[in-house]
Amino acid sequence: MDAFTKRKIVNAVVLVLSTLAALLGLVWLFWILGTLLYKGLSSLSIEAIIGPPPSPGDNTGGLRHAIVGQTLIVLFATLIGIPIGIIAGTYLSEYGKGSRIANIIRDLSDVLMSVPSIVVGTFVYAIMVKPLGHFMGIAGSVSLAIMMIPIIVRTTDDMLRMVPPELREAAYALGATKFKVIKDVVYRAAITGIMTGVILSVARIGGETAPLLFTSFNNNFFTLNMFQPIASLTVTMYDYAMSPYKYWQDLAWVAAILLTFGVLGANILGRLIAHYKFKK
Amino acid sequence: MEFDVKERFVIEPKESPKLVVDKLNFYYGEKRALKDISFKIPEKKVTALIGPSGCGKTTLLRCFNRMHDLYPGNRYEGKILLDGENILEKNYDLIKLRSRIGMVFQKPTAFPMSIFDNVAYGLRLKGIKNKGELKDRVEKALKDAALWDEVKDRLKDPASGLSGGQQQRLCIARAIAVEPEVLLFDEPTSALDPISTAKIEELVVSFRDRLTIVIVTHNMQQAARVSDYTAFMYLGELIEFNKTEEMFITPKVKLTEDYITGRFG
Amino acid sequence: MKKDFLLDWGFGKLAFLGALLILVILLSLFVVLYKESSLAIHTFGVWKFITSKVWNPPMEKFGGAPAIFGTIVSTVISILIAVPVAIGIAIFLTEISPYPLRTPVGVAVELLAAIPSIIYGMWGLFFFAPFMRDKLQPIIHATLGKLPLIGHWFSGYTPGIGLLTASIVLSIMILPFTAAIARDSFNMVPPILKESAYALGATKWDVMKDVVIPYAKLGVIGGIILSLGRALGETMAVTFVMGNQPVIPTSLLEPATSITVTLANEFTEADTNLYLSSLFYLALILFVMSFFVIVIGKFLFLKKVER
Repeated sequence: MDAFTKRKIVNAVVLVLSTLAALLGLVWLFWILGTLLYKGLSSLSIEAIIGPPPSPGDNTGGLRHAIVGQTLIVLFATLIGIPIGIIAGTYLSEYGKGSRIANIIRDLSDVLMSVPSIVVGTFVYAIMVKPLGHFMGIAGSVSLAIMMIPIIVRTTDDMLRMVPPELREAAYALGATKFKVIKDVVYRAAITGIMTGVILSVARIGGETAPLLFTSFNNNFFTLNMFQPIASLTVTMYDYAMSPYKYWQDLAWVAAILLTFGVLGANILGRLIAHYKFKK
Repeated sequence: MEFDVKERFVIEPKESPKLVVDKLNFYYGEKRALKDISFKIPEKKVTALIGPSGCGKTTLLRCFNRMHDLYPGNRYEGKILLDGENILEKNYDLIKLRSRIGMVFQKPTAFPMSIFDNVAYGLRLKGIKNKGELKDRVEKALKDAALWDEVKDRLKDPASGLSGGQQQRLCIARAIAVEPEVLLFDEPTSALDPISTAKIEELVVSFRDRLTIVIVTHNMQQAARVSDYTAFMYLGELIEFNKTEEMFITPKVKLTEDYITGRFG
Repeated sequence: MKKDFLLDWGFGKLAFLGALLILVILLSLFVVLYKESSLAIHTFGVWKFITSKVWNPPMEKFGGAPAIFGTIVSTVISILIAVPVAIGIAIFLTEISPYPLRTPVGVAVELLAAIPSIIYGMWGLFFFAPFMRDKLQPIIHATLGKLPLIGHWFSGYTPGIGLLTASIVLSIMILPFTAAIARDSFNMVPPILKESAYALGATKWDVMKDVVIPYAKLGVIGGIILSLGRALGETMAVTFVMGNQPVIPTSLLEPATSITVTLANEFTEADTNLYLSSLFYLALILFVMSFFVIVIGKFLFLKKVER
């Protein structure tokens, strides 16, 4: 067999193998997605969304508390995370540019992004739940905010650095202060990019369960008080999936599909904005 | 610039043809990038393709080793005969074709491996495993590419440590190591300084009697210096094909004259 | 004018404080976890805690070995499974797949990476664990279980929940992430470099192995290490299917535990100071482990790619 034939055979074998690997991986992933859609959609009903939590053995009830709680936790996490993330990203791009401290903080921010989420949960438990003596919704928001901040810092930093320096110089040439230049020129030029970062960071943390397990915990009663334990879709899923009741397990799948829709919806929205923004 | 004059001038070289382009059309998707091109590239001569950017000279060059097949939506019509064999045939063996027709690119493309392995790469693809033979042929290729003296003491070093000009000569050594019948150059000096450019041009001239060379260049002086024949292209069409000295002294087509005298381009 | 100056000055300071907060959070993560685990550190020491196999809350005996063992073993197995498949997907997406499929499949893989990990865990509990028990376990017994030396790692009967099940679910969860990073690294190889290998008569596989993989090596390795960091700290994908048994199992099919599984299951139930402190100790160990993994992946490999 000459070298050409041999190489062509090896090539064909490897191409088949990697196609098989790809298929194998995709089959598993689509099996999961299919299961989620099937189980979630078959149990989805108005009652499952707006009903109060079911009692043991009951076949009625729904996820109202968890949906409201999840929304509140993510909302407050966003309210905490956005300003801190954006202003820290602004520092890295506009003030600390090239300085040692900014470079260190940029690297540390990347490290913070990859800290295991359950470790963040134990940390917030130690600084908030333990001193105050009880679980509370806001502690869950703080955990999620800690995970959001590095993501927003990164995108803000990247987006602001993409604003051409000539734009800043033109504003300075008109006698604007640095604050004015940033507020009126730099932010305006980068607003879509920053928004995309914020939306993607919400998508990233919206489905986190581990940091909520011992911060916001769970609550069978309806509450809007962020200083009380509060239900969330993710922790409810965890509890219901582990329960012996069929109806509860079905509700866990409903929660799963709602959560997935929310998270993927935010993710796709962020991508679409980025796509249209950067196509131009 | 407007040109609606259907004036053409294409000679038939007296040497035997290595590549015959016959009514070649090429499409990027819907866009027709080459229009009815027909001419003969003589064996063991240097043929230059010139023309303003976007005229299709690189597109034509990449037809000769079917580089376009790497990307979707590209389509050929017509024929290109290599020693009488149509290489645009649908099931033509591209691996074999490309081992007969070498190519040197616009930018140096040293692979992420040692200097020696870079030059030996094509030889290994051909199935040469014998260490002694590899060594001899790498040495010969490096000498042919006038690079041997500069790298002989560091053949094991990564190729990325060489200068741009050296890397480009390494790519030439890599291409000629497999002893191709045709060597394609796609603006090989566009990323290089004048001294490196001069060295590459010397190499091209030194290969003249050994293999058939097709070189794309936007530098007319370069075409005049290195080539025996020149093809002038414009908007995807072949306008004039003639012996280089004749084309540069007495262009037959008005458009060619305008381009050569720098009235546009 | 004075107001402008004040605003300008104030905003700059505020921005600096915001950036500083990141440093403060990371530092206090370490300090707080250390402080909370100091009771356990003083009681059990470092080496003894890491090597002790006894985790017995009623007796107030806490050893971290089972959890650390489970974390390391499940991470390693999941990487061993996920990496070849992920590279296969990346090769498929960059070199093999018909062009019209590349974007949709690529986006699908990225979206799968965005699905919350708890969903992988629930799927593992309700679908994969029974599949493991009924279908895969007999196959494993008949094949891997017959191997000399390591055969006993694949013996025993379980309800489908155990170390291997958790590792497989974990591998599926990190698969899209790893595949996306590998694909991005492959895509960073300049087309002209690939073309020049094709121009010498190389096949697709020749180009992959001689040009694309060597060129993208650093990025892929960095990506694998980041995936490792993800697997190490992942909680919800494994907590349903690990079994939460604080032992070092003799077979991979048996129930076990990991640091994250122990934390998720026991943190809210810890009724004594020493118990809670031991759990914080585990969290600290996980934090330190993942910190080093991230730093190695990011700064030893990915930073070089950026430059």
